Amino acid sequence: MTLPDSANEALAAFGQSGGWEQRARLLMQWGDRLEPLSDEEKQEANRVHGCESQVWLVGEPGADGWRFRATSDARLIRGLLAVLLVRVNGLAGDELVKLDLADWFAQLGLARHLSPSRSNGMNAVLQRMRELARPTG
Amino acid sequence: MALDSPWRSDFPALAAFEAEGQVYLDSAATAQKPQAVLDALLGYYTSGAANVHRAQHLPGERATRAFEATRTKATHWLNAHSPAEIVFTRGATEAFNLLAYGLEAEFEAGDEIVISALEHHANLLPWQQLALRRGLRLLVLPLTAEGVVDMDAARELIGPQTRLLAISQLSNVLGCWQPLTELIALAKVHDALTVVDGAQGVVHGRHDVQVLGCDFYVFSSHKLYGPEGVGVLYGRSEALQRLRHWQFGGEMVHLADYHSADFHGAPMGFEAGTPPIGGVIALGAALDYLGSLDTGALFAHEAVLHGKLLAGLKVRDGVRVLGTPQAALASFVVDGVHTADLAHLLGEQGIAVRAGQHCAMPLYKRLGLTGAIRVSLGLYNDTADLDHFFTALDRALELLR
Ligand SMILES: Cc1ncc(COP(=O)(O)O)c(C=O)c1O
Repeated sequence: MTLPDSANEALAAFGQSGGWEQRARLLMQWGDRLEPLSDEEKQEANRVHGCESQVWLVGEPGADGWRFRATSDARLIRGLLAVLLVRVNGLAGDELVKLDLADWFAQLGLARHLSPSRSNGMNAVLQRMRELARPTG
Repeated sequence: MALDSPWRSDFPALAAFEAEGQVYLDSAATAQKPQAVLDALLGYYTSGAANVHRAQHLPGERATRAFEATRTKATHWLNAHSPAEIVFTRGATEAFNLLAYGLEAEFEAGDEIVISALEHHANLLPWQQLALRRGLRLLVLPLTAEGVVDMDAARELIGPQTRLLAISQLSNVLGCWQPLTELIALAKVHDALTVVDGAQGVVHGRHDVQVLGCDFYVFSSHKLYGPEGVGVLYGRSEALQRLRHWQFGGEMVHLADYHSADFHGAPMGFEAGTPPIGGVIALGAALDYLGSLDTGALFAHEAVLHGKLLAGLKVRDGVRVLGTPQAALASFVVDGVHTADLAHLLGEQGIAVRAGQHCAMPLYKRLGLTGAIRVSLGLYNDTADLDHFFTALDRALELLR
């Protein structure tokens, strides 16, 4: 399948990033591009637990696939959420459930951030996305 | 001035970490093992494993002798009266659970258990749950700004209803030694049992349980440079007699029939099932190794490093150290910087420190923080490790601010 433009953009940007500093800068830049969530959306029901930082996730299905929005109080987590969202937004529920996100993060050179010892919550976010997507999938 | 650790080369993992570009500053979570411990593990398995306390054959006798030798070494290490006062568990956590179940019958509704605000979940949740089961009151001793139990408050809270005091010796978050002698004396006035969580304290000092005067003292092997899967519970012999059996199974029983059984006393009666034999034997090797070192030099080395750690944190803008750490570790936050972000960037630079709430969620809540970064030291760390850490910290902060 073809990737959305923004996902290709992420691949190009992160694929070239040499060191950790550049990767971190990129993550922060990508994080700054996240669509904000309203205060109303930052409610407990939308909180993803299992995170050292606070993460909120909302999502709804649309004619052209799922649309998620997410944010965090930690900047680098916002970056991780941003590169996650560009990969998943627009997918149908069944595509989302099947998607190998570990592979996506690996392609970006960010595989470590999905490792089970991480409590940054990326895995919990994935889990929540799948739960949201499953009923319609 | 650079300070090397003369013991670093005894720990193969330190060279392995160096080759990987990792700086290990998380010994409060678990410590690396000296070659002597690795040799003991390998030696036990290569010369032939056997179960303990069961067999008449030679391998069984050899395993039992080595296993019991560790009990004797732990006895000396803590200056307990006799090896019968040393119970092996599967970790500090299991020892606290053993106590909370084994002592359950001592309590009646309305009795009080006293802990402190800085307890690790391991020395909090078993008591909290016991209190819930039995309708007891769990009282929490507040801390001073430095991070030690407030003795004025303790004198108010520890009273005739107090049946048990459970308290950490050295905080795994604040790095502060707690006023154990005074607290234990207070508890004794009211005939309360006393439990000391020595999980961190045992690593950074030599302690004499008879001088402390506590009823129980608990630690984990893996933080004291031994293998994981082994905990040590010291119990004063009179106190051990008050424990009811809690786990049932092989070899803790003296006579078993289908409908009744008669159990051993301590220590065997509290070691149901096959214990972690190799681990216990290797803990003995860890104690031998530590015993062979110049203790004065060791603690002096740790004190110098700790001083440098605190000094380095202090001179950095916006860095806020939690409490006033006295040994082993320091936890800190940085104004305007999210701990998760900082942890992320330290990790990227190969700095192995711990971020989060360090199994002390209620303490963090009291401090009004969502987490902190903890740097913790072992005897193998040196000033080069700290230099790496500070360089990484500066670069991370530069990026984040
Ligand atoms: C103060 C303190 N108590 C208890 C424990 C629990 O030890 P374990 O996980 O080995 O059972 C720890 C370990 O983190 C600790 O630091």
